[in-house]
Amino acid sequence: MNADTTKTDITAIVPALPRGVRLRYDESRGQWFLLGPERVFEPDETAVEILQRVDGARSIAAIAQDLATAFEADRDEIAADVVQFLRGLADQRMIDL
Amino acid sequence: MSDVETLPRAAQARPELPPPMGLLAELTHRCSLRCPYCSNPLELDRRSSELSTDEWKRLIDEAAALGVLHIYFSGGEPMLRRDIAELVAHAHDAGLYTNMITSGVGFQPAALDAVAEAGLDHIQLSVQAVDARTCDRVAGYEGASTRKHAVAADIARLGLRLTVNAVVHRENVHQIRDFVQLAEDWGAARIEIAHVQYYGWGLVNRARLMPTRKQVEAAMADVEEARGRTAGRLVIDCVLPDYYARYPKACMGGWGARLMNVTPSGRVLPCHAAETIAGMTFDNVRDLSLSEIWYRSAAFNAFRGTEWMKEPCRSCARKELDFGGCRCQAMALAGDASATDPACSLSPLHEEVVALAEADAASGRSDFVYRGYQGV
Ligand code: SF4
Ligand code: SF4
Repeated sequence: MNADTTKTDITAIVPALPRGVRLRYDESRGQWFLLGPERVFEPDETAVEILQRVDGARSIAAIAQDLATAFEADRDEIAADVVQFLRGLADQRMIDL
Repeated sequence: MSDVETLPRAAQARPELPPPMGLLAELTHRCSLRCPYCSNPLELDRRSSELSTDEWKRLIDEAAALGVLHIYFSGGEPMLRRDIAELVAHAHDAGLYTNMITSGVGFQPAALDAVAEAGLDHIQLSVQAVDARTCDRVAGYEGASTRKHAVAADIARLGLRLTVNAVVHRENVHQIRDFVQLAEDWGAARIEIAHVQYYGWGLVNRARLMPTRKQVEAAMADVEEARGRTAGRLVIDCVLPDYYARYPKACMGGWGARLMNVTPSGRVLPCHAAETIAGMTFDNVRDLSLSEIWYRSAAFNAFRGTEWMKEPCRSCARKELDFGGCRCQAMALAGDASATDPACSLSPLHEEVVALAEADAASGRSDFVYRGYQGV
């Protein structure tokens, strides 16, 4: 949350779902949801891939590396997307950075 | 078996309708506090009529199967139910996101440990004012404020996700900055600042609660300032009073569109104030499944879509945005639940309503009619 990207490498941060935020698949709609206090997010496919790798153990760099391998994409580009995506959620206290 | 028998009160089944997102489970109307704007009806359900543990569990299973994502354990004071931890655990195991809306008063700290242990995801703690004197006076309960501070400390100890619920009105609407500070001090991730809604007890007490237009404008500025100051730390959600606004609120995200509200004795309402609508009847989970009620009940279908609307809503470009405002407010102010919400500046009644609000705000009255089982 307080990472100053001008000085530290943000991709070294290990993101986590805080208590009170849950990623779940809903059978009745056939769809993933990210649930929080008075919040229902409907993550798209890419977002689901990212969120499934947020386990409180892997760093953003590791997540990006994993996605780059899985989808044969550029690691740095993916890392930038992941950072932007997670930042948006962190602003709403849906992810701890 | 004929269709008539299988679909007794049914209008038409609407299979294209998406399932509800949330279920508000009013476990009991019992509460130690007596807030003069309580959203419970003027006629409170008695303990003897409350749904049993097994009935709630069955209901929770039905909700999960129907596609409900969030369950809100509410009341009254939900923590007064002795089976509260059992119900939270049941909802958690059914895959629901579990919320508790509590006043903090009337239960032992151990009960909080038990619900945390049971898998509670999120707790909302109400606070009636930041200073103890006003808090206790509004709550109608000596020591309420002290108790809330103790509960907030327990919530922090348990690491539960906390939202502070602040209901604001003429006597505390100037405290927005202090409410926000309190939420930060308590380690909350979110604060909900909701202006009193004027039906039921709130309507009875409107002259004692209605803020002035100036107060409302100042409060809106305070909220904006606080959002800037706490960005990234605290989520600030604010429900505005709409008497002084140009357009009404999009009540409930549309009637029968997102939420179901179950009363302590099992009546299922499209919104918690729906029973103020004259002539509307409600199904009970003791008689019908939640799914039948969601898709087929007369009450849920009454104001779905836009077909029921009258002018000026019917030909208004905003009708899919605010759904014509609040049906209960239309009932309270226009005497007709299908009228345009008089909070809307396009309603022919709007000026009258604003004049009423201004007169109420200037009344200077402070003799609260507290909620209670004796009625008004
Ligand atoms: S609004 Fe006040 S009186 Fe009503 S249930 Fe909540 S705490 Fe109790
Ligand atoms: S006329 Fe009806 S639809 Fe149009 S803004 Fe007013 S309440 Fe909303």
